[in-house]
Amino acid sequence: MQELENLMIKKAVELLDGGVVDRVIGWKKGEFYYDNTPATFYKKEELNDFVYNGFCGANLSKYLVAESKKGGKVLVFLKPCDTYSFNQLLTEKRIDRDKVYTVGIECRGHLNIESIRARGIEGVVGLEEKGDEVTVKTLYGDAKLKRGEVMLEKCLSCKTKKFAHNACDETIVLHEMPEEDPNKRFSMVIELEKMTPDERFAFWKSQLSKCIRCNACRNVCPACTCFKCVFDNPDSGIAAKANDDRFEEKLFHIIRSFHVAGRCTDCGECSRVCPQNIPLHLLNRKYIKDINELYGEYQAGAEAGSRAPLVDFREEDINPGENLKEGK
Amino acid sequence: MQEINEKYEPLIVAFCCNWCSYAGADLAGSSRLSYPANVKIIRVPCSCRVNPMFILKAFQRGADGVILCGCHPGDCHYTTGNYYARRRMTMLFDMLDYLGIERERTRVEWVSAAEGNRFAAVMNDFAAKINELGENKRLEDLRCKN
Ligand code: SF4
Ligand code: SF4
Ligand code: SF4
Repeated sequence: MQELENLMIKKAVELLDGGVVDRVIGWKKGEFYYDNTPATFYKKEELNDFVYNGFCGANLSKYLVAESKKGGKVLVFLKPCDTYSFNQLLTEKRIDRDKVYTVGIECRGHLNIESIRARGIEGVVGLEEKGDEVTVKTLYGDAKLKRGEVMLEKCLSCKTKKFAHNACDETIVLHEMPEEDPNKRFSMVIELEKMTPDERFAFWKSQLSKCIRCNACRNVCPACTCFKCVFDNPDSGIAAKANDDRFEEKLFHIIRSFHVAGRCTDCGECSRVCPQNIPLHLLNRKYIKDINELYGEYQAGAEAGSRAPLVDFREEDINPGENLKEGK
Repeated sequence: MQEINEKYEPLIVAFCCNWCSYAGADLAGSSRLSYPANVKIIRVPCSCRVNPMFILKAFQRGADGVILCGCHPGDCHYTTGNYYARRRMTMLFDMLDYLGIERERTRVEWVSAAEGNRFAAVMNDFAAKINELGENKRLEDLRCKN
């Protein structure tokens, strides 16, 4: 990882010095070792704080919407999943392609500090990564872990490590990345589909009623770039959490997930940022799975400019509810 | 959570497109065909005008069943509106089912301007179904109830 980080910094310096770009979006050291945050770097001296390690799960593509409105050109580093968000934003004409220089970077999966803590590992001050072996350095000594044991949900169910078509101006990949099975992420959706409606209702009530309506899931989502969001409209009746003892939060969740249906690349950011650990990916993936099954395989962001399934149709499409006959 | 409401009168909201289904409802009326009075019709320019939020809003405001009626596929006044509506509603109904909400509470039917009989039959059937299901509890919003 250190090697990768060095190469990224070198690339950033080269592009800044060469005048190709005038700023860089990457990850910066945070207050604690594990809270690296997205940041913009304007001078090469500032790159001292640049970091890339197992705690860089954040997807940087959405920042380009705001950056595209400014002058000059910006360098951005994109992990494989982020390149799909990037292409999707190009499709929706939210990013000015000419103002962005994209570098795709190797990814082996990013870590979830909560899973690390859940193993009783506290006081994290460093990380050593060798492929799938991860050594977490703490104030109290080192802990050796397997990467797969402490990855973020989105990385555990990574759909592919192939960069989206044409998204990268260049890539930095030192080691070959593993092949992924894009269908493994649907396993939990299938489990839920097998339950009875009452069980599903109980499951979702227990999950969604934890929501505090902080809107972090919307704010982070690269598919949520509306100038005016319905959830900011106080007249909508769904702009904030209500004192309703019967589970009104579901309205927000149905609407949010519907708004991104067909456009959600399954980047997993919403679930990652949710402070209540609500499995939002299970809502998004339900739509992805149904779209694949009913309207043909579709991966949002795989191809910039592709037509999303919900703004398309076929004469032979089924009627609503027809797929929900008894027994399912 | 099944509280029995003695005074239960189902409330049904029917979104009808202006060109086919609303005219179909008109024909049902002028042909003196009867359908339940608790079906409240909302006229929309096209089935495609119906944002999934309208349907949720209807439930939120106390509907027990929501039905969307539009021109038969291929007959849309705007050529393709109902095709888009069809995909959207398919997705919405899938999600409602996934959340454990009774799937009979929502329905889409294609009713042409000449199908007064069909309009009345569809509404009678839907109302009977909703009567059977009872009050909408899973999609209600207590703020909107008195
Ligand atoms: S991030 Fe989580 S808690 Fe916040 S609004 Fe979204 S689902 Fe609710
Ligand atoms: S809904 Fe979640 S997974 Fe989908 S694009 Fe938005 S943040 Fe990514
Ligand atoms: S929730 Fe809907 S309205 Fe709000 S930003 Fe996302 S897509 Fe736009």
